[in-house]
Amino acid sequence: MLAAIGVESVDELFEQVPGELRLDRPLALPEGMSEAEVYERLAALAARNADAESEVCFVGAGMYDHYVPAIVDAITQRSEFLTPYTPYQPEISQGGLQVMFEFQTAMSELTGLPVSNAGLYEGPSSVASAGYLAMAATGRRRFVVSRGLHPHSRETLATYAVGYGAEVVEVGLSNGTTDAAELAQAVDDETAAVFLQSPNFLGAVERVEALGAAAKEYGALLVVACDPMTLGVLKPPGEQGADIALGEGQPLGNRLDFGGPSFGFFCATEELIRRMPGRIAGETDDVDGRRGFVLALQTREQHIRREKATHNICTAQALNALAAMVHLAWLGREGYRELGELLVRSTAYARERLASVEGIELLHEAPVAREFAIHVDAPAGRVLERCAERGIAAGYPLGHDYPEYEDGLLVAITERRTKAQIDELAEVLGAAIAAEAGEFGVDMTHKSPGGIA
Amino acid sequence: MKVQDEAVLTIFERSKAGRRAAVLPVAEVPETPLEELIPAELLRDEPPRLPEVSEPEIVRHYNRLSRRNFDLDTGFYPLGSCTMKHNPRLNERVAALPGHARLHPAQDPKRAQGALELMWLLQESLAEICGLPHVSLQPSAGSHGELAGLLLTRAFHAERGEERTKVLAPDTSHGTNPASVAMAGYEVVKVATNERGGVEIDDLRAKIDEDPGQVACLMLTNPNTLGLFDENIAEIAALIHEAGGTLYYDGANLNAVMGHSRPGDMGFDIVHVNLHKSFSQPHGGGGPGAGPIAVSERIEPFLPKPQVVRREGGSGNGPFFDLDLERPKSIGRLRGFQGNFGVFVRSYAYILSLGADGLAEASETAVLNANYLKARLAEGRAGKRLPIAFDRHCMHEFVLSGKPMKKELGLATLDLAKRLLDFGFHPPTVYFPLLVEEALMVEPTETEIKESLDAFADAIEQILAEAEDDPEVAKQAPYTTPVRRLDEVKATRKPVVRQALD
Repeated sequence: MLAAIGVESVDELFEQVPGELRLDRPLALPEGMSEAEVYERLAALAARNADAESEVCFVGAGMYDHYVPAIVDAITQRSEFLTPYTPYQPEISQGGLQVMFEFQTAMSELTGLPVSNAGLYEGPSSVASAGYLAMAATGRRRFVVSRGLHPHSRETLATYAVGYGAEVVEVGLSNGTTDAAELAQAVDDETAAVFLQSPNFLGAVERVEALGAAAKEYGALLVVACDPMTLGVLKPPGEQGADIALGEGQPLGNRLDFGGPSFGFFCATEELIRRMPGRIAGETDDVDGRRGFVLALQTREQHIRREKATHNICTAQALNALAAMVHLAWLGREGYRELGELLVRSTAYARERLASVEGIELLHEAPVAREFAIHVDAPAGRVLERCAERGIAAGYPLGHDYPEYEDGLLVAITERRTKAQIDELAEVLGAAIAAEAGEFGVDMTHKSPGGIA
Repeated sequence: MKVQDEAVLTIFERSKAGRRAAVLPVAEVPETPLEELIPAELLRDEPPRLPEVSEPEIVRHYNRLSRRNFDLDTGFYPLGSCTMKHNPRLNERVAALPGHARLHPAQDPKRAQGALELMWLLQESLAEICGLPHVSLQPSAGSHGELAGLLLTRAFHAERGEERTKVLAPDTSHGTNPASVAMAGYEVVKVATNERGGVEIDDLRAKIDEDPGQVACLMLTNPNTLGLFDENIAEIAALIHEAGGTLYYDGANLNAVMGHSRPGDMGFDIVHVNLHKSFSQPHGGGGPGAGPIAVSERIEPFLPKPQVVRREGGSGNGPFFDLDLERPKSIGRLRGFQGNFGVFVRSYAYILSLGADGLAEASETAVLNANYLKARLAEGRAGKRLPIAFDRHCMHEFVLSGKPMKKELGLATLDLAKRLLDFGFHPPTVYFPLLVEEALMVEPTETEIKESLDAFADAIEQILAEAEDDPEVAKQAPYTTPVRRLDEVKATRKPVVRQALD
């Protein structure tokens, strides 16, 4: 090979790198390892995590411990889906393109909006992407955001807004849901978009249509973040006036993976199709008249339009969207609805059960679908610590994101959580609160307060 | 062919009322009517029309679809700029361990020490490879890293009371660069390319001199998208730093220089690394990826939060790995939770497998393979019809121009690409970079053997020979693929982006 190139050594090829910029030592990294050794090293690290297999997980806050059916793994691990890249050559990418088309159809059905893209990175950055779209679509630079929107979404939107020069105004909650009067006050003719989430971060189902009226009045876009596992039973955003419905896709076919990779879904009205971020597959014909699929509307995209693109995204989450599609096909029309109903009923049971425990009050009374918020009469961090010692991840502590709910906990339900586990949660939580409250005279001095050991 | 005809049905078209796959657990909680739990007006009238299909038919459907994809595990995939290297299956196995795959992202750091340590180790590894002291793993892909880098630049200048408006980028830059610049609220200023394929220093100087106080950043890929190392990088860095700007390294081409040269040593302040390129995360048909950023000391205070940190343990305790949320100067979050952790596991497994020497050798072999294939394509018909755009040794990829081929044979680069499909190859990247007419960008990667490179060169030679006899063969190609050329204009003019259901 060297002879064909006309050099003596590979080193010669690196001579284009100026000498002073060439690293004159090996990288300070360990030497390579055998496959068996790497496996052992990583298995040892994995063993130091308390995962949802080794404890009972009631933590949600945007990502949920759903059961991922085995066929999802079998199909997503196929080389033909796992190892190609973006379908730039449609003739040899019909499989991936058709999956995108099916995924778009499914997400459009779920959200009740006619247009879906093939997926974005994940939930919160999809919210920020909607902000960029809304700014371009309305020519305005002000966002009105419910405090019920996931704190990570609010923070991400704020991060992006500094870049594209927009202002973010927050509207508070009242008994768990967005304060309608405050929202109506906050929206004006400079508002590009109103952002809601339903169920919101505290689990409450919002009255999206009523809240959205303010956006409609002033010509702002209504952006609704939603949980794709609740749309079998909850009225979809598209039927409640949303211009954009989006969210975190993890509950559909994707593992927890300590936060990623998952995907974000992004659906919109027909009017916004040419402003959409991300890939979109479209149906067409080949020269012989056969049905086929291509990447449609590429003139929105960075590789064609550069600085005039609707978004900068290139690599997205195609494999994660495939996982979602397979999961949805597996659930099917009836299974998807049944799962939604199961979540609502189990959640209602858990909420009632916990509310009856001494030292627990509901944080709000609004209707919930799969997650709810409680207040515990003891330091939440220590209560969680005690529950963890008994093998239960009892919930997500609200105090960091919502100082006003210092000892608040968010409790999430999936189809994996049995009635027996919920009953156990009630018992363990009750005992933990009682112990912290000192009723059993437990010595707590060896515990650090909810923080680092 | 029967299989192909059948496969064109969508999963929705295979639906028959009453069929299903899922059996759900029994909740054993009261069967309260839904309307008693949630007001009826907030409930859905009809469930979404998802397909009703049995499990065996779902498996068949997606297996059939998979056969309508070409993939890296089947054949050579020299898609320039995308680094289509082999994806070791060990990485899939370790990523699927329950301790990784079923770890909740909001788990208390005390009970996620393995995951946080892995992230910290990956940060340290990438810092060493990039030659920059601090890393954030948060960005989800390369372009997300670019946006992060530009927001960091904005924050860096804001702290000095400056508001700069311009970001310079060469005309060879990836499309994501200008798109990210626009999203970050800056204006793009294009810099010309010189006759050696590098940045035209005079033009750069002129663009800076127009208003040095407005230059926020220069975004550069090195080696650039022509596969060439910019020998003037030290001078370029000095010019930008003198003007007070930051220097951003688009790490899409890091695979060329691992263990040989480091962006930090070249003077860059911010680097993004595509873990799905250099560090073997499978491309997944268009993701997932991850785009961690490595930064210099002066950029560190502004890194996104949370940041994974190692805290030294007190008296006899080991170190504690934590998520640092108290970062007052941080630009804030770029996404939910901590990033694409599953990708981190795979990439860290890759780094452990190869080690220091292995990474350096990977880059050497990538560069050797590219130069060998370039040499093969400089022979015979390819050498005449598809000349190299800039005739010098390349790094890990190179760019050919199909201009003579088009002029002499009437064959566009697109035709050559489509004909390559019939020969069982994924074509190179086409029509990029924009400054090369009829461009063909070839990146073989280090995981290809000589025989594959030879077969690819032979196929090109054969296609060109065939075109000398009858250019129509390539112009009508492909013939052997599940579908032939598709009407993309129709798909954009009257977009059908979902299935109509009734």
